[in-house]
Amino acid sequence: MDSVDAVFLPDRGRGPASNPLLDQLPSYQSLLYRRKPSNAAGSTKRRNSSLRERFGSLTNRWTAGRADNKQKTGILQRPVREQPKSMGDKRMDRDLRLEQDRRRHGWSQWQRSMRRSLRRLRDDGMDWLRSLELWRGDIHMIEGMFGTGILSYFSFLRFLVLLNFVMFLLMFGFVIFPIIVAPRASGNITYHASNISECSVYPAKSRQGLVVFHEYITDLLSGTGFLEQTYLFYGYYRVGGIHFPMHSYNLPLAYLLVTVAYLLLSLVWIVKRSAAGFKQNLIQDEDRFQSFCNKIFAGWDFCITNENATRLKRSSLLYELRTDLEEERIKQKIADRTRKDKCRIFALRLVLNVFVTAVLASCFYCIYRATMFSQLAQQKKEPVNFIVDLILEYLPSIVITMANFMTPLVFSLIIQFEDYSPAFEIRFTLMRCVFMRLASIGVLLFSLWAQITSCDGKECSSCGYNHKLYPCWETHVGQEMYKLMIFDFLIIGAVTVFVEFPRKIIFNHCDCGLAKWWGQQEFAIPQNVLEIVYGQTICWIGTFYCPLLPAISTLKYFIVFYIKKVSLVNNCRPSTRPFRASSSNFFFLVVLLIGLALACIPVMVSMAQIQSSKACGPFISFTTSWAVVPKTVETLPGGLKTFLYALASEPFAVSLFVVTCLAMFYVIALAGAHKKVINQLREQLAMEGRDKRFLIQKLCQAQKRELRVLNSY
Amino acid sequence: MGGSASQLPKEQLAEYQELTFLSKQEILLAHKRFNELTKDERNPPTRVPMDKILALPELKSNPFRKRICHVFSTSEVKDGSLTFEDFLDLLSAFSDSATLEIKSHYAFRIFDFDDDGTLDGGDLEKLVNCLTGDTDDTRLTQEEMRQLITNILEESDIDKDGTVNLSEFQHVISRSPDFVSSFKIVL
Repeated sequence: MDSVDAVFLPDRGRGPASNPLLDQLPSYQSLLYRRKPSNAAGSTKRRNSSLRERFGSLTNRWTAGRADNKQKTGILQRPVREQPKSMGDKRMDRDLRLEQDRRRHGWSQWQRSMRRSLRRLRDDGMDWLRSLELWRGDIHMIEGMFGTGILSYFSFLRFLVLLNFVMFLLMFGFVIFPIIVAPRASGNITYHASNISECSVYPAKSRQGLVVFHEYITDLLSGTGFLEQTYLFYGYYRVGGIHFPMHSYNLPLAYLLVTVAYLLLSLVWIVKRSAAGFKQNLIQDEDRFQSFCNKIFAGWDFCITNENATRLKRSSLLYELRTDLEEERIKQKIADRTRKDKCRIFALRLVLNVFVTAVLASCFYCIYRATMFSQLAQQKKEPVNFIVDLILEYLPSIVITMANFMTPLVFSLIIQFEDYSPAFEIRFTLMRCVFMRLASIGVLLFSLWAQITSCDGKECSSCGYNHKLYPCWETHVGQEMYKLMIFDFLIIGAVTVFVEFPRKIIFNHCDCGLAKWWGQQEFAIPQNVLEIVYGQTICWIGTFYCPLLPAISTLKYFIVFYIKKVSLVNNCRPSTRPFRASSSNFFFLVVLLIGLALACIPVMVSMAQIQSSKACGPFISFTTSWAVVPKTVETLPGGLKTFLYALASEPFAVSLFVVTCLAMFYVIALAGAHKKVINQLREQLAMEGRDKRFLIQKLCQAQKRELRVLNSY
Repeated sequence: MGGSASQLPKEQLAEYQELTFLSKQEILLAHKRFNELTKDERNPPTRVPMDKILALPELKSNPFRKRICHVFSTSEVKDGSLTFEDFLDLLSAFSDSATLEIKSHYAFRIFDFDDDGTLDGGDLEKLVNCLTGDTDDTRLTQEEMRQLITNILEESDIDKDGTVNLSEFQHVISRSPDFVSSFKIVL
């Protein structure tokens, strides 16, 4: 080989460790990818020759290069297409393998051909599945124009459409479908017997007599009137059980179990979807999302096809790199802070956090007052005016939306004074906004329940809830959730039409200072994500009271996709602030999980604590909604019953908890041990590298001395 | 082959499906687009010159387009021209279903501007300039570049020899969560 002679050549001075001998090392040879010229020329000529001829010339080639042979046996087991070679080389590899297989007999040959056909089948299946994906063309276009950060928002939206559709199918299949099908399948529906007590009085809410048209609109938008006694709300399902010829179907149990099932399904699906992101984030010890290698090596979105987007992506990368380098310097500065500085900053942060808490508390109080006011106004039933009525119905939603609009501005103003690093600033502001959004629903529900469970300011003794004002309180809660969802949808549409389009028109045609200052619309991913997570949380809470809410939610997100896409393509430019795909996905799913957790609490509390209404719904004959489960367990056969009781007993819970803690400690200890081993191996590798260079230098010196000795003769 | 025929024979299609990560529709679409590059010529060559490839909309705005053509080209004169099979190799490496190993291998070759098998300081500097733009006001200052390269080498150079070789690169990429989604070209 020619590199042997290179030792005697003077050092080319390529760098600190430049040495021709390094190129001959086995580790370098196996990574060598430089193609020998004869390969490329041979592949095109070889196309039409027979297999035997090909194999004959191949054997000559392979026996010549022993290093190549060693390489071959190591990687022979992988499929041909996973090798990083040109098509001609891959074809030769495959033909070689086919020849080898032909010489092999029986079992291993059959095994290989089976594996090959299975792989082909699986590929075809995956192709077919991928072709069924919703909105593939639209998302591909968005990716080309805006990059992977915004793409992740739209694929998140697609995921939510699917999730809501599956929730609707669950609810429909197990609760609504049996009721509809029962008459046809000769099933006998038993309704709850209405015991004559004051709790079970449920006056009909549908309007009688001459109805003005706008009252229908009010009913449609707030779920009252003609919508109240339909499949839409909890109150309509007064079914006790459905008796088919073969068996009977316990509808209340099904209703409860479907609620638990859809919450669990959402949890499992979200966790599965975020598994990859979590693994990456939890295993790393530092903040890997912000690492320089990730930004440089994986920084460019190769899918961008738009010239404008390329320019903006470059400037955003430049900005990001500068910010990160700046942050390194700031970290150094923070470490250099004196004690006096630290005290001052700590006191400042404390004051500002108290201020933030005060802002949050005042918002929550406003929501509480608005809910109370709206409830009282609805009880009065004096129709003042169509518009005023509607505003009173929607007052809690309006207040929540206004609070959610103003608080992010306040937070982003305050955080500037708190002197955090830029990355932490963004995350902390986002966390505050998330908390504000999701907690406002909780406050609304809490104020509703305060109203429902208080009769003239004291405990409700007769029915457990205020039966005079709310004969069917679950339907009422369902109506509030329905209103929240409709209003959210209307706001998304209205903001797009009345704010974003005019902004674009002003920016394009008007040259005044206002236009320049306001600037062109940027697609703010965090705010948009919070919007749809808020909607999804409403759906999760509301489905128990309004079983058709997932269907409305599916439709809503379907339409929102198109609204956002049109707005993005026409009004927005790519953001100057970078938002990476991986950290976006992780962020979306974390926020969604927080929403799910916050949604579970009201549902669980209302199922277990608050008395179900006696005038409507499937749980008339039970004290609380959850009570149907113990009653059903009672009717099960003895062995199963004792098993279920054992599962729910304290000894089992305590021992499960102890075992889980032990497993967790073991895994943590294992991770710590692995980390230590990794550090030791790193040090060893660095040492080996130094040893190698030292030895090669010594070898070169010895060769040079020998040469000089030889030349002196 | 592939430039003159207007339709791909079935066995050829099956062979390409086996040797690449592309699906049938993707191979047919690639065939169509490749033929469109030379549709104005009466005698279309099998090897398409680099400037025609660079006119593809998917590559036109990519700062690494010349490097991509050089890496996937099997031409002996190293002019970056691609045959249809080179083009399929390119799409296969950038497709959704390509393995991380393939992608990181080709990414390493694309980033290795001087083709010496390692990413040293010069390669990294050219890489950063490609990412941020090569004009004076979009470049990082000398000081910032030095700090950045030091940080990168600190994170990725395990044997501390001042360069990033292929295994170190693949190790860093395996822990990079953004790589798979960003290293993608779909026609």
